Amino acid sequence: MSDSAAPPSPAVSHPSLAELFRAFVIVSLSGFGGALPWARRMIVEQKRWMSTQEFNEAFALSQFLPGPNVVNFSVVFGARFGGAPGAAVALAGLMGPPLVIVAMLAILYARFGDLEMLSRILAGITAAAVGLLIAVVAKMAAPLFVKRWNSGPLIAIAAFIGVAIIQWPLPWVFVVLAPVSVAFAWFKR
Amino acid sequence: MNDSPLLTLAGYFALLSLFAVGGANAAIPEMHRIAVEAMHWMSDRQFADMFAIAQVSPGPNVVIVTLIGYHVAGFAGAGVATVAMCGPTCVLAYLVARTWDRFKDAHWRIAIQAGLVPVSLGLIAASAFVLARSADHNVYAGIITAVTAVAAFATRINPLWIFLGGGILGLTGWL
Repeated sequence: MSDSAAPPSPAVSHPSLAELFRAFVIVSLSGFGGALPWARRMIVEQKRWMSTQEFNEAFALSQFLPGPNVVNFSVVFGARFGGAPGAAVALAGLMGPPLVIVAMLAILYARFGDLEMLSRILAGITAAAVGLLIAVVAKMAAPLFVKRWNSGPLIAIAAFIGVAIIQWPLPWVFVVLAPVSVAFAWFKR
Repeated sequence: MNDSPLLTLAGYFALLSLFAVGGANAAIPEMHRIAVEAMHWMSDRQFADMFAIAQVSPGPNVVIVTLIGYHVAGFAGAGVATVAMCGPTCVLAYLVARTWDRFKDAHWRIAIQAGLVPVSLGLIAASAFVLARSADHNVYAGIITAVTAVAAFATRINPLWIFLGGGILGLTGWL
């Protein structure tokens, strides 16, 4: 990307607990439609707490784990710089402000959810949000379908049919498909 | 089945937390199956509304579980659902983070990660399907979904504009 010959610099500064908390508060409040780009900008570009490669590795770990990726990331990142207190502080920063906001929205929805106007607005937002999900699916699917024949598309279609059409519980579908898919990935090399 | 709603919320979401490969959006169909079909906590439309609210709130999309929890059992429900959905995976993340360097280049680790991608893909596609069934009741809603999908795929438009546009078109009452 850049022509700089400098090796990827290690983290140049270590955040304090207060800085960790503040950083994740800002990430959480900036993150409409995915907090990851904001986390990368803050941690790698602005604060220089991690090199790009370190960030990518920490994020790969977060994706490797089940559950919300950015939540995992806050724990992984916080633990790295501050052990268990660091993890707790980063998680609290990430989840605290959104939870306050969503709690207020929950109260408003409980009171006004039946209003015709609100339900129209939400219906429009849902229709648009479904479009966003379809775009995410298309972006994820493109590399799987472009490569020479592999098991990816079959597994994805099977997961879709199991969960969306037959409506089996997610854990069943997962327990059947994940080992098969991992086995394919293992032997493909 | 236990009849305390808090225990039910805790049990479902703690289990779901460990199978949600691909994040909250991959877990939508299972949340829908539980909240709408199995437990009858809410209608299809209410579920879609909560999805929309979670999308437009800042922060991780996982806050949809907070909304579901609040709907079922007030603030206690919101807290229990959120902790159940984030707790197990956070503990796991903490434990794995300490040993990650030892196995980050291991073949089995790479195989697991590569193998889970198609599963997440299928789950997120199922989310889109489940939500489209409750949101796209007529041709206008379908058009919004289609236009959004193309715009989001082909450009780097900020999702906030997409939500704003969808909300305004929804307000017209065509949907």
